[in-house]
Amino acid sequence: MIGLPQLYWLTGAMFAAFAVLGVRDRSNRKRFGTAAFWGLMAMDFLVGDRIGDLASGGIVVALAVLAGTGQLGRGTVAIDAARRIAAAARHGNRLFAAALIIPAVALAGTLVLPMTGVVDPKQVTLVALGAGVVIALAVCFAWLRPRLSEPLDAGRTIVDAVGWAVTLPQALAALGAIFTLAGVGAVVGGGIGPLLPHGDRLAAVAAYTVGMAGLTMLLGNAFAAFPVMTAAIALPLLVGTFGGDPAPIAALGMLSGFCGTLCTPMAANYNLVPVTLLDLDDRYAVIRVQVGTAVPLLVFNTLLMNGVAFR
Amino acid sequence: MLVLAGLGVIVVGFALRFNPLAVVVVAALVTGLAAGMAPLAVVAALGHAFTAGRYVTVIWLVVPVIGLLERHGLQERARAVIAGVGAATPGRLLAVYLVFRQVTAALGLIALAGQAQTVRPLVVPMAEGVAERRRPLNHAARQRLRAFAAATDNVGVFFAEDVFLAVASILLIKAFLETNGIVVTPFAVSVWAIPTAVAAFVVHGFRLWRFDRWLARA
Repeated sequence: MIGLPQLYWLTGAMFAAFAVLGVRDRSNRKRFGTAAFWGLMAMDFLVGDRIGDLASGGIVVALAVLAGTGQLGRGTVAIDAARRIAAAARHGNRLFAAALIIPAVALAGTLVLPMTGVVDPKQVTLVALGAGVVIALAVCFAWLRPRLSEPLDAGRTIVDAVGWAVTLPQALAALGAIFTLAGVGAVVGGGIGPLLPHGDRLAAVAAYTVGMAGLTMLLGNAFAAFPVMTAAIALPLLVGTFGGDPAPIAALGMLSGFCGTLCTPMAANYNLVPVTLLDLDDRYAVIRVQVGTAVPLLVFNTLLMNGVAFR
Repeated sequence: MLVLAGLGVIVVGFALRFNPLAVVVVAALVTGLAAGMAPLAVVAALGHAFTAGRYVTVIWLVVPVIGLLERHGLQERARAVIAGVGAATPGRLLAVYLVFRQVTAALGLIALAGQAQTVRPLVVPMAEGVAERRRPLNHAARQRLRAFAAATDNVGVFFAEDVFLAVASILLIKAFLETNGIVVTPFAVSVWAIPTAVAAFVVHGFRLWRFDRWLARA
């Protein structure tokens, strides 16, 4: 059965190649730190579930030390604009066809793979995505005839530009798990409950939705905020005291958290990664645009919850 | 009270602009210690959770293909094609992309598109190509256009993915409510994501329309 383990081998092999190529990149002043970072990521992907939790934890701490002490850098890449324009004219729209192989295989695979029985049904979309990458690479090799290392070099250039932020979402998911272990939710709820005006339902709803957005901004992750705020406000007050329906309350609470995700640099993969990917000067350029959509939607979620969850 | 120390670490660490990855890891360690766990047990718990969450990072598998195609002129070709296409504005192009992103995400195809997969190699060059058919973009307008493209991708996926039954957040909601003695079906939860998905299109679509007007004046 094909599932996450095979994807992890593939991803781990890619990170290992980034480390090997990176250590030879003399144009990167910090090539050893950068290579060590991707090498540790490769180790987590290839053997993370066999080396024991403590060794995995050692990898996480080492990644944080490398990032925190500024050991990551990037080499200089010469971009030959004239060559690219000539290549674009020569290859034409076939470049789009090649770029669309990955989403097309992901879409087809999601629909078809569950019927084959050889793919883990819980992970079809990710497995299909991996298959799309492999097929697209095969097509590109047959068509463009790049050097064997060229796709890896090109991918490494993108990943080096993004740097430690590649790892942040995975670290945030782990932080959420630690918060749950430590019982952070009960403590926050004990603090907020007494502050709310007694018997005011809209105030309690707003405390939950705005609280979800606010805590998500702090944590960068609505998944981490959800258990904390729902245990703190939604279950005792909205469901308990006011007798609300848990399904819309939880759904709209999570979506309120997503409004917070749009407004925080802690959600690096959504808000900071595009800044580097798109060469923006202002680190907060994407967040500045998103606030104007997030705030009206937070108001919408609050009013909708107040209107539909208490009938 | 003590377990809130981790939240404090995040607030302070972020305000002082320390590296976010380091801040997150320190916050996790501090929270575990404050909850009375042994130091090595905290490190092990962190390692276990980090390794269990590897699927979040698998999406970076796409960069060798995207990088290779970019070296062979993908972005330049996108600009050239769109520059020759008939009536469209950057705002309308992004609105069409918003619909595409919402519909596919609502079908559970979240990894189909994204900042690295589609925004950088396709959406931004296309939007810039449309804008530059009238006149060259100045630096500020180009930056704002790119920020709007990135924002459109985020808005599209965030407020449509929960319409799908089997997405992580819906499964998290169901699992969390169950541990608190409340049984809900994924459908009962995900159906409440539909009104916000529609509202997201209306609000962001309106802002894209206004962005077009701003661009025409800029």
